Amino acid sequence: MSNGNAESRGAQFLGWIDARFPLSKMFKEHMSEYYAGKNFNFWYVFGVLAIVVLVIQLITGIFLTMNYKPSAADAFASVEYIMRDVEWGWLIRYMHSTGASAFFIVVYLHMFRAMLYGSYKKPRELLWLIGMVIYVALMAEGFFGYLLPWGQMSYWGAQVIVSLFGALPYIGEPLVEWIRGDYYISDITLNRFFALHVIAVPLALVMLVVVHILALHETGSNNPDGIEIKENKDANGIPVDGVAFHPYYTVKDLVAIVIFLIVFCSVVFFAPEMGGYFLEHANFEPANSLKTPEHIAPVWYFTPFYAILRAVPDKLGGVVLMGGAIVVLFLLPWLDRCKVKSIRYRGWTYKVWLAAFTVSFVALGWLGLLPAEGVYTTLARIFTAIYFAFFIFMPFYTAREKTKPVPDRLVYEKH
Amino acid sequence: MSSDEGLSRRHFLTVATTAVGGVGVALAAVPFLASWKPSARAQAAGAPVEVDISKLEEGGLLRVEWRGKPVWVVKRTPQMLANLESSDVDLRDPGSVDSEQPEYAQNELRSLKPEILVLVANCTHLGCVPTDRFEVAPADLGADWVGGFFCPCHGSKFDLAGRVFAGVPAPTNLSVPPYRFLSDNLILVGDDTGVAA
Repeated sequence: MSNGNAESRGAQFLGWIDARFPLSKMFKEHMSEYYAGKNFNFWYVFGVLAIVVLVIQLITGIFLTMNYKPSAADAFASVEYIMRDVEWGWLIRYMHSTGASAFFIVVYLHMFRAMLYGSYKKPRELLWLIGMVIYVALMAEGFFGYLLPWGQMSYWGAQVIVSLFGALPYIGEPLVEWIRGDYYISDITLNRFFALHVIAVPLALVMLVVVHILALHETGSNNPDGIEIKENKDANGIPVDGVAFHPYYTVKDLVAIVIFLIVFCSVVFFAPEMGGYFLEHANFEPANSLKTPEHIAPVWYFTPFYAILRAVPDKLGGVVLMGGAIVVLFLLPWLDRCKVKSIRYRGWTYKVWLAAFTVSFVALGWLGLLPAEGVYTTLARIFTAIYFAFFIFMPFYTAREKTKPVPDRLVYEKH
Repeated sequence: MSSDEGLSRRHFLTVATTAVGGVGVALAAVPFLASWKPSARAQAAGAPVEVDISKLEEGGLLRVEWRGKPVWVVKRTPQMLANLESSDVDLRDPGSVDSEQPEYAQNELRSLKPEILVLVANCTHLGCVPTDRFEVAPADLGADWVGGFFCPCHGSKFDLAGRVFAGVPAPTNLSVPPYRFLSDNLILVGDDTGVAA
């Protein structure tokens, strides 16, 4: 038997599939003939890394449900059982808990990349909106999941977040009771949060990610120069500044994935609690509905918004401002009036504002971990003001921005 | 039948079918949404609890559980009651107009009997359990503090009648559950049949 014969059999098999399912067509459209700017830098790896983390979370999550018991009586003990008695259970759980934080790290960097290079601007407004829905779904997923270990921080975190809805006029209290399904955070609440965490939200997340990628491949990827490569095509209709996603960027992403996994594994093996930031100390005590821990703080990825909530000395006002902090992000494509996309060619005003916003977001995240008293509250108020000023004044400072000339072709240096 | 008529007929049927289908979907959603309400078992578990206060000393606090919520029973000393009266801190709702309590507890001391205070111990801000800080003028709460409750989560302060201070995140006073005295030393929390307002 010759090799040629085997190859032609492979080709025959592929032909058989292609006649029944658009396999080659889809591979071409989304991989080997999907052209992206040739000047991608490291900021462009976080989308792929988010998919890697999603896969880690799905696989470890499925295996955790095989030993976890979603009831108030058994939940805490079943997590300890996973940690101590299930073979490799500790590894699967630490991968899942570290994955939660890793998810938010890569997603925050992914979003920041969009702000650096104007990836939310026309024609990618819808892409940004879908991404924001993914972000909100991810926050819901993190929140529901955090109740499941049924520790003290799980319990009181859920108590505080669910009570936020009670601030709404008229419908608030009935709504809170409806969410909990009881008069307090109980076995019933835990059971439904489990259902939402393991099936409802993950299903929505996976579908949203597919929609996000389809929208991306419709408009084409942005790039660090913020130039539309589709406007300059060669005789074959291929963008002159584009390279095929596969193999050029799949190989590049592989390097990023390896580096990411090195960092990820280091945390999983050597610092799974991350000094109380990834797994909070108070959560090693079973939930007690009669006693609140001395100091409660959400996990780090919620703290910027939590700090905004606490900065306002009024229940409804705090909740409205916290919600507003997320809503303004949705409006970003329409608040930014500057035609130039990339920060490389934008004026100093946007650079200064973006820097102030970034500092505020990080500072709020730090303040949200500390008790809300004295100077911390004052600082939280200042940074909250800067956070909102970035968006509120954006239509004005971006409309009259002095930008630099944008080149026709991508700026690319051979390595 | 002209073709125009046929089109408008078709349009009408499309709209009517969509509308009827939409109503059907909305009605089918009701059972699913309603299944999230407290179940019959959850409602039954909200039965009243008896609290024996014979061993509660003056100035002491007793924690009990009612409907899964922590409930405090405090026996206030004459000094505490005097402090409540003489205190001049700014209260957000001194008359308990916007707060949750049975009518018979909508008074200055927010109780049936002056010395016995019964409160649901969940902060009206976001539901944390405040700590009892009955000492006068502790270092962290300042010289004006004459005893009360302090919520460690977001810094809300309440006086010894559970009334909220002004300028803190909690919007209303700590709520008072329905309760009645079965005898001098026995309180029934969660049931107030026969108590005159």
